[in-house]
Amino acid sequence: METGLLILLPLLAGLVIYVLDDSKAKIFALGAAILEFVISLITFLRFSPEGGIQFDINVRWIKSMGIYFNVGMDGISLLLVMLTTFLVPLIILSTFRHTYTKTKLFYSLILIMQSALVGVFVARDAFLFYVFWELALIPIYFICLLWGGQERMRITFKFFIYTLAGSLFMLLAIIYLYLQTKNFSTTGSFSIDAFYEAGQQLSRNEQAWIFWAFFLAFAIKMPVFPFHTWQPDTYTISPSAGTMLLSGIMLKMGIYGVIRWMLPVVPDAIITWGEIAIYLSVAGIVYASIIAILQKDIKRLIAYVSIAHVGLIAAGVFTNSVEGLQGSVIQMLSHGINVVGLFFIIDIISDRTKTNEISSLGGIRNEAPLFAMFCIIILLSSVALPLTSGFVGELMLLVSVFKFNIYVAAIAGLTIIFGAVYMLNSYQKIMLGEPNIITSNFKDLFLTEKIVFIPIIILIFWIGLYPKTFLDISEPSVQALIKSTTEISNLK
Amino acid sequence: MSKFLVALIPLLPLLGFLIIGLGNKKLSKTLVGFIGCGAILGSFIIVLSLLFPFLNGTAKGETLSYFDWISVGNFKISFSFLVDQLSVIMMTIITGIGFLIHVYSAGYMSHDEGYARYFSYLNLFVFSMLLLVMGSNYVVMFAGWEGVGLCSYLLIGFWFKNTEYNNAAKKAFIMNRIGDLGFLLGMLLIFTTFGTLDYLEVFSRANSVQENSTIIIAITLLLFIGATGKSAQIPLYTWLPDAMAGPTPVSALIHAATMVTAGIYMIVRSNVLYSMSEVTLEIIEIVGLATALFAATIGLVQNDIKKVLAYSTVSQLGYMFFALGLGAYSTGMFHLTTHAFFKALLFLGAGSVIHAMSGEQDIRNMGGLVKKLPITFGTFLIATLAISGIPPFAGFFSKDEILAHAYEHAPFLWGFALVGALMTTFYMFRLLFLTFFGKFRGTEHQRSHLHESPLVMTIPLMILALFSIIAGFIGIPEVLGGSNFLKKFLSPVITSQGAETYAALSHAVEYRLMGASVGAVLVVIFITWFYYVQREVRPAKEGEQISTPHKVLYNKYYIDEIYNSIIVKPLKWFSDKFYSILELKVIDGFVNSWGKGVNLGSSAIRHVQSGSISFYLLVMVAGIILILLINNLI
Repeated sequence: METGLLILLPLLAGLVIYVLDDSKAKIFALGAAILEFVISLITFLRFSPEGGIQFDINVRWIKSMGIYFNVGMDGISLLLVMLTTFLVPLIILSTFRHTYTKTKLFYSLILIMQSALVGVFVARDAFLFYVFWELALIPIYFICLLWGGQERMRITFKFFIYTLAGSLFMLLAIIYLYLQTKNFSTTGSFSIDAFYEAGQQLSRNEQAWIFWAFFLAFAIKMPVFPFHTWQPDTYTISPSAGTMLLSGIMLKMGIYGVIRWMLPVVPDAIITWGEIAIYLSVAGIVYASIIAILQKDIKRLIAYVSIAHVGLIAAGVFTNSVEGLQGSVIQMLSHGINVVGLFFIIDIISDRTKTNEISSLGGIRNEAPLFAMFCIIILLSSVALPLTSGFVGELMLLVSVFKFNIYVAAIAGLTIIFGAVYMLNSYQKIMLGEPNIITSNFKDLFLTEKIVFIPIIILIFWIGLYPKTFLDISEPSVQALIKSTTEISNLK
Repeated sequence: MSKFLVALIPLLPLLGFLIIGLGNKKLSKTLVGFIGCGAILGSFIIVLSLLFPFLNGTAKGETLSYFDWISVGNFKISFSFLVDQLSVIMMTIITGIGFLIHVYSAGYMSHDEGYARYFSYLNLFVFSMLLLVMGSNYVVMFAGWEGVGLCSYLLIGFWFKNTEYNNAAKKAFIMNRIGDLGFLLGMLLIFTTFGTLDYLEVFSRANSVQENSTIIIAITLLLFIGATGKSAQIPLYTWLPDAMAGPTPVSALIHAATMVTAGIYMIVRSNVLYSMSEVTLEIIEIVGLATALFAATIGLVQNDIKKVLAYSTVSQLGYMFFALGLGAYSTGMFHLTTHAFFKALLFLGAGSVIHAMSGEQDIRNMGGLVKKLPITFGTFLIATLAISGIPPFAGFFSKDEILAHAYEHAPFLWGFALVGALMTTFYMFRLLFLTFFGKFRGTEHQRSHLHESPLVMTIPLMILALFSIIAGFIGIPEVLGGSNFLKKFLSPVITSQGAETYAALSHAVEYRLMGASVGAVLVVIFITWFYYVQREVRPAKEGEQISTPHKVLYNKYYIDEIYNSIIVKPLKWFSDKFYSILELKVIDGFVNSWGKGVNLGSSAIRHVQSGSISFYLLVMVAGIILILLINNLI
């Protein structure tokens, strides 16, 4: 029941916002997002990790095709919903010092997007999943298009078409699987369990096709090398809130998709073809890290850093092991928090200095010590320093890749060296040294900005010091997921 | 052992860091100094209360678990500490010397506007270092390991407006991270091999693996790569001399006495594994000795007082690794301990000189400071005698033990090690003579400011001097009537004493070795005195013609330049080419070609929809004919 509320609330809020004054839109959106967070927090506290799917709704939607409005949360879904409901209020608050034209539309789109994102993470019906998946693309497309920077028409168009093209392959796979479910019942079914059953009974060859169809959709969304070229451009031109939504939450849709809709549906294909997915992901880590070293624009730099980090998460997921999946879940939380923090840092810098050019900055630490401190904490977490959130996930993911292949893990591990190189380089060029004309009189943080950073910092250390709070929530779900896939392949 | 009390040892410095860090602007300097030093003193007192029961042999090693840190599937890491003989020694050094250096800093940094920031970082460092040595598994050690790297970064770049210092800080962090990757992979290999990362469990399962098997060689070598980063050994040592950009007490604490010895500690801690791999020990022995000699040769001609000491540190760390490579773990720990005292003292003494010389670090501009800085001189002399290995100063005993092991292993090793020791004596006395003897060569302005440092700085010097004299007594060898207390003390931790057999040397041989080394050292001291005091030879000024070998040494064998051209430049080249060619032209070009293809295709097909009805009819008729034809044919 509560799951339905979590989808409905932001959607309604996103529509109600139009009857308000422009001036109240911000506050209203923030209020709605906070209410959403409170509700999700209550479900979080009432959730029992061993209890399987909880807070579910299952009502018939389209009878003749066996489509149900079926939503519910296990531990993995819950954590990603929590990530969404935690980040959206912060993202809304981060825009408080900006004034956007068409204010109401802007906040409405964010809220509708939130609704769709939650929907993706809780859908237990493939058709519904697909609807939410595509629905999430529409608001973010308009956010980037209407409030974006230079060349936004061309870039957002490419982003839209590219991701949509990927999704169409997924749609084909879903239809194919749906047709298979007709073997069990006359109407067929889109329910997740029917899909698991249907998928697992497919031949190796059929599974391979389904695998690659899903893979294209998810790999473009994450994005995995070499399907990533829409991402740096889109991140760079989007308004900050858009970049945060894309990098903080939306890319997790792809990873979640793999965990929920790929691993259990085509377990045999994972064994055969997962290897290639791991190689691509790891190649992406090194490739994106090396490119990041010389980037001149901070936003583009973080875009490449994000590709590198997501590469490791994807590699871990495709190992289909407890360490890999648990690591990916915790790293999705950590990455979401860090990357939103990083893009907020960039937003503040470009708002104050009117530039994103790394070489024209410098000396900000001298003017804004508090800002610099928050900055270095988030930066250290993103380079996986122990006791911060980035370390726990990265360690688990490396364990999983190491078990898969030692040499691949050694290459993936290069991320800890490259991370230090590009992060400390840019920190030095932006923050350290003597202030110049652009950066002198750089104002330290304002109250609303502090309020955005503080929860991020708290969570960085919480996950770093006591990840058990989160790991315990998802462990039973992950174990169940793995058990179901390995049992099937063992039977074969 | 009280769990709470043990937890306080790292927690007090952490609290100090938080209070000073968060209260930054509101706290007065006095209060900051008080909290900063007090936190470390508190830890030190608790450490002493743990140390004494170990000294009388009433205490046993104990693991104290606090909470489950990371637990996923079979990967279970608890946040726990191991308090035993080895960690207690390290904790005593860290908090003891740490406290003295904190007190010294209160004087040294008193005029700096970043006073509070300095103390918060320094406290954070002590916390991380304690975590490193107290952890009861490799992951907690790794947390401390990376934590000290961070503090080192923050403190080297403490004066963050200076680009050169920032570069040095960044270099230190990145080079350490290269080593850390080795450590991390070693750790993962331990986990996949033994199914745990807890020291005691790993060691108890060690015999499930064959001695000298590939896996044990790989584990120990990977961990050793980590050690070469943190403890500045070939090939990852180049960050340490640059790290001298930080405030001098930082160099004393982090880059001489404690952090850089983490690699030694780690190997001694893992001695069970290392003793199972002869190949690795052999490599450590070679790398250690090579570093000891290599760094010493560079030290011979440096003119920056801190650079000389930095190369000396690299060299002395090399000696410690050399000892470990010979299987003489407790000897390595012995030298670590004595070195911590006299090298910290040397750096603090150098700091006192720099303080008096208004920031001057070039020994070519010093001279004759003995009268103005008598306490600094006296303590510096003691430390110099200690590092040179003159009996009964601390360095004599530990260095002698290393030399004896080397001889027992192979006499030519002893020869090499002795050459290194003689170079050490030469550059240290060169430094001492050029700084304190002869005429003053600085500016008038500097001369008018010359003064002995305040008590808050000289008292730590005197205490360290005392220990530089007596610290060697914990390891007096049997041949000199001692019982090598330290070796016995550490024996519960060092279970693999396989190679510690230099008792095999007869007393007569040992006497001869000692005599030879002490005699040679004395000769070198005399030569140095003759050269720099009697003949008043002065090092070449910048730009002056010097011989080629001298130039090579002065430029540190051009290693930085070599690394730059074989690693940094290619990396940048790849970064550029990946982006401009592979990314933009190839991959994105391919993606865009789909869009272009659709455009081209549609513009071609568009002509079909011309709107001419006769054309449509023509195509329709042609189509029908075609269908009929095909039907008939099939």
